[in-house]
Amino acid sequence: MSPLPTFSSMAPEAGLMQALALGRPDIIEEVKLSGLKGRGGAGFPTGMKWNFAAAAQAEVKFVICNADEGEPGTFKDRVILQDHADLVFEGMTIAGKAIGAREGIVFLRGEYTYLRPHLEAVLAQRRKKKLLGKEILGGDLEFDIRIFMGAGAYICGEETALIEALEGFRGEPRNRPPFPVNTGFLGRPSVVNNVETLASAACILQKGADWWKATGTEHSTGLKIFSVSGDCGKPGVYEFPMGITVAQLLKEVAGEGAKAVQVGGASGLCIPASQFRRAIAFEDIPTGGSIIVFGQHRDMLDVLHNFLEFFVDESCGQCTPCRLGNRKLLEGVELLKEGKCSMAYLQELCALGDTMQIASKCGLGQSSPSAFLSVVKNFREELMGRTYSHV
Amino acid sequence: MLMTDRERLAREIKGLAEKHGHSRTSLIPIVQEIKHKYRKIDDFAMQVIADQLGLHPVEVYSVVSFYAFLGSEAHGKFIIRLCRTISCDMQGKERVMRQMENDLGIRFGETTADGKFSLEWANCMGMCDQGPAMLVNERIYTHVTPEKVHEILEECRRSFGVHATEQKEVYLV
Repeated sequence: MSPLPTFSSMAPEAGLMQALALGRPDIIEEVKLSGLKGRGGAGFPTGMKWNFAAAAQAEVKFVICNADEGEPGTFKDRVILQDHADLVFEGMTIAGKAIGAREGIVFLRGEYTYLRPHLEAVLAQRRKKKLLGKEILGGDLEFDIRIFMGAGAYICGEETALIEALEGFRGEPRNRPPFPVNTGFLGRPSVVNNVETLASAACILQKGADWWKATGTEHSTGLKIFSVSGDCGKPGVYEFPMGITVAQLLKEVAGEGAKAVQVGGASGLCIPASQFRRAIAFEDIPTGGSIIVFGQHRDMLDVLHNFLEFFVDESCGQCTPCRLGNRKLLEGVELLKEGKCSMAYLQELCALGDTMQIASKCGLGQSSPSAFLSVVKNFREELMGRTYSHV
Repeated sequence: MLMTDRERLAREIKGLAEKHGHSRTSLIPIVQEIKHKYRKIDDFAMQVIADQLGLHPVEVYSVVSFYAFLGSEAHGKFIIRLCRTISCDMQGKERVMRQMENDLGIRFGETTADGKFSLEWANCMGMCDQGPAMLVNERIYTHVTPEKVHEILEECRRSFGVHATEQKEVYLV
């Protein structure tokens, strides 16, 4: 049984047929009304994004599916692509109609190369069924999808870096604005949506915005797919309404008694047990779906060390706050582990973290200090004055 | 007709450029296919790719050196990428690493002398609920334990075949 009951319950292609019957503005209006926000983590309203791209004047536009999930602890897109690829492609076709694009590109991360044969087979079948290509389902819509393989760079999950890679450049994020909805792939208006966002949009077209809004909170509507890993009894992929509290979620995954939970992956927040009543939603703890549970025996400095090694490795090196800032934070964690860090220096590191959040060019550097800052804030008594025996 | 390795490689790259188009957007797909087949991208290959796409070879090098799955250096027939990110770390990737290094006699980042195996670290590969995870070429292995390492390596050796030899220098076409 698929771990995603809602996606499984969808009637095949009902959303697409609905979209074919609607005018372009009506499709966008429906998505706007639903309040769907980007499922990759940034949470930009999907309807607005589509609207910008639809309003842009251009002969050629693109729909890009971001299947480059690289955030530590995230694997929901893998499951969605395995079990519900049709729903994702349906969502892309709907987006194609909504913004007036004829070409869709799936940016699949290199680590998921083994998924490609399955996806190509699904695409071939859709072409055969007239769900892709010219005159889709006998109408006048033309849309086709191709797959582009990523080459192993976390930064390419950032939409402008992803576009750089598609164009054959190093995956270095661009300045924004201009945004991809105006100047995207090859300078054309492009919508870049996460796998889950596109599948959710297909559901919304089928069941309507009101159905979607019935779950979740006022500012974070609908369902969210979570990837749960770490010290819990039942790791895996789960579907929960937005606004679920950390405590409720832990109960579902048999992770009660945890010391802390990392929400949103390495670039997210580390939530201590005292704050487990907080809600996972864009207005409280934002997330792309990554939940990592830490048991009582975990050393938070080991966790930070792992995260910062990750960021040092994955920083594209383009801007100084991120390239050097992460390195400095990593050295700081090493000092803390050895018990050689003064309080004054720790405060300086926190100030450096604040600077990185402001001064980095893209989301990677802006969010990489989050885990460090939240651990220092919430687990301070555990960090200071270590003796060598701890190492 | 007698054909050298270089001529053959150049012809292959030209074919790929025809297939994907002589534009910069074809760069990564071409490099991926060449790397997949030849397990390295040397200066000559980069020069030919650059000529075909109308770029400076340095532009090709800058892209090749940026991505973890590309890179110009030669790697083994089997490239083993062990996930080192948090969830796999908490599930014991350290011991898998140790056993891997012991069994192959090389460290991470190195290739065995016979050119069969390369060991590399990978960042999160999306198998966090089934860690420790690793990729052998494109195949994924989950719940890897130190005692399973030997079995996996033997499986690779068997599929490579005892009679498999390195490719010859000269080809007849």
